[in-house]
Amino acid sequence: MIGADAIVKCLEEEGVEYVFGYPGVAICPFYNSILESDIQTILIRTEQNAAHAASGLARVSGKVGVCAVTSGPGATNVITGIATAFADSIPLVCITGQVNSELIGSDVFQEADITGAVESFVKYSYLVKDANDIPRIFKEAFYIANSGRRGPVLIDVPIDIQKASLKKFVYPESVSLRTYKPTVKGHAVQIKKVIGELAKAKRPIICTGGGVLLSGAEKELRVFAEKYSIPVVSTMMGIGVMPTKHPMYYGMVGNNGKPYANRAMNESDLLIMVGARVADRAVSQPDLITENKVLVHIDVDPAEIGKNVGAAIPLVGDAKHIFEDIAKEEFTCEHDAWIETLNQYRETMGKVRNPNPAYVDPAEFIRILSEKMEDDAVYVADVGQNQIWSCSYHIVKNGRFLTTGGMGTMGYSIPAAMGAKLACPDRQVIAVCGDGSFQMSMMELATMRQFHVPVKIIVLKNNYLGMVREYQHYNYKDNYSVVDLSGSPDLEKMAMAYDMKFMRLLNMENVENVITEFLSGDESVLLECVIDPMDLV
Amino acid sequence: MKKIYSVLVENRSGVLCKVAGLFSRRSYNIDSLAVGETDDPAVSCMTIVSSGDERTIEQIEKQLNKKLDVIKVKTFDEAASVSRELMLIKVKYNKGNRRDIMETCEIMKADIVDMSKNLMIIQICDVPEKTALMIKMLQSISVVEVARTGTLALPKCLETE
Repeated sequence: MIGADAIVKCLEEEGVEYVFGYPGVAICPFYNSILESDIQTILIRTEQNAAHAASGLARVSGKVGVCAVTSGPGATNVITGIATAFADSIPLVCITGQVNSELIGSDVFQEADITGAVESFVKYSYLVKDANDIPRIFKEAFYIANSGRRGPVLIDVPIDIQKASLKKFVYPESVSLRTYKPTVKGHAVQIKKVIGELAKAKRPIICTGGGVLLSGAEKELRVFAEKYSIPVVSTMMGIGVMPTKHPMYYGMVGNNGKPYANRAMNESDLLIMVGARVADRAVSQPDLITENKVLVHIDVDPAEIGKNVGAAIPLVGDAKHIFEDIAKEEFTCEHDAWIETLNQYRETMGKVRNPNPAYVDPAEFIRILSEKMEDDAVYVADVGQNQIWSCSYHIVKNGRFLTTGGMGTMGYSIPAAMGAKLACPDRQVIAVCGDGSFQMSMMELATMRQFHVPVKIIVLKNNYLGMVREYQHYNYKDNYSVVDLSGSPDLEKMAMAYDMKFMRLLNMENVENVITEFLSGDESVLLECVIDPMDLV
Repeated sequence: MKKIYSVLVENRSGVLCKVAGLFSRRSYNIDSLAVGETDDPAVSCMTIVSSGDERTIEQIEKQLNKKLDVIKVKTFDEAASVSRELMLIKVKYNKGNRRDIMETCEIMKADIVDMSKNLMIIQICDVPEKTALMIKMLQSISVVEVARTGTLALPKCLETE
């Protein structure tokens, strides 16, 4: 057995079904060995999207997403995808080919110091120096990626190591790392303190982040919120923890969130932040969330607690464990008046839009779309105005809402939707992007066609980089600079080129029928929605 | 606020880069950094002197602990530690100032460890304030070059340990 065979064996041991990647000489031994395996390889059209596709797969399956690319430019191309997964805390294992061990450092063809380059975007990285280390390194890598605070791990494997013989292949049963023992169980004393505060609170609220989804604690949190009637708001990454229409859910916070959600959070007297980083887009003024209130901050990563805001009660641990433990405690709390106030805010503080009837109104379109989508559908929003409209108007029922709220990488939606569709072929998977973000990943239409990944794509087309245009509208007095997207391809012709069904919606007249047809059947469809170029989120 | 971090790390290639990279990535100061093997050759000890406000000081410790090559982080104040710095200073001397230099060395408990007709190397091993003072004292003479280890420190021995 050679190193490359061992890598494939490791992936099989980990139950990997798909590897997203792009070959090159330095990773060829691996791609040769994988031919013997049942693991399916997906030839993505640019390396960055290999990481995004792996991210989409990881987020809906809870498994580690895997990508494999070559050395040099292959490796550097994947960095944005890795950085995106790092910011969003998504478990990935990224394998990169590397030049011959003896040549490392001599700047030979397609050599890049990838472990050095990704250092600040990975949870950990390895440069394999001995083929016999492969089983241990892969076992560790999968464990590190998918435990504690999730994140990407990179394994750089020189070509000679991939070709070298192993003495013996034994896949370790467990991992022993003296430097890595994430705390998952919350401290009992801290939990007691939280209960104590809950019993006292008159205006409690929970703010959920992506960490709740990563730990699979949606149900526990929902049950808890229902049992004690505790209102819930979420960050962008936390959308989907609560069904949008749940009576205890009060929307997304942040500068692009619901005004009533922000008001609810700011007026609370007990704020339980769980699995959220308190980053600038969700909480633009950290002072407000500690002012006149008790802040409980629950996170599996101790470094997140106290990084952006000081918590009165820090609670390190995995959300699922913590809510299971909290559920064991009994207490009473009384805050009907608070719920009434929040309901009133929700009813009266909604945003009123004045859509231009000559175009598709993205807000109403997304609302109708999500109502017609299947209950467990996966909605993948890209980055830009489309993302903000999606956050604001998409109705999560029992499905998933995926977007890159942490890094905000344009072009995320199509590859991530492909990964999600491969992970759950029976579910509807819809990617919603703008014409800017679509063009950042449109090469993947070929991948969808080649591997029969029937993702449905919606392009909200306004011929602008809308989010930046909107920013320039507010901050630069409509002095638009480098945001005009005229010159974009005719999407109908593009769809035809890739054998994809194409639909176009010009205004709201026939919206119901178009959406019904768009969603029907398990085939790829490209739906262009023409929206007002001057529309604002 | 000044803090000393005694960081035990896995003695692997690239670890220094990872730790130093963490400081630059998050805009933490490094006032001094010293690295060496411990009694266990698989473990190195980094002594890092840094400064910042309370939140930064706490974050540095947490972020260091997040690094998978970091085994243990001990944080302590200068006052609670025994700290030393070794410094070698090469100076140009002449007949006129030779006595002065020797006197300064005597007062500062520094040694002259090498010399030629007009150059000498002075060695001082003391707390960082003293090594800094030594440089100041020698500045009026022509200092040719200086090499220093950076602060090394261990927490003071406690009766309860």
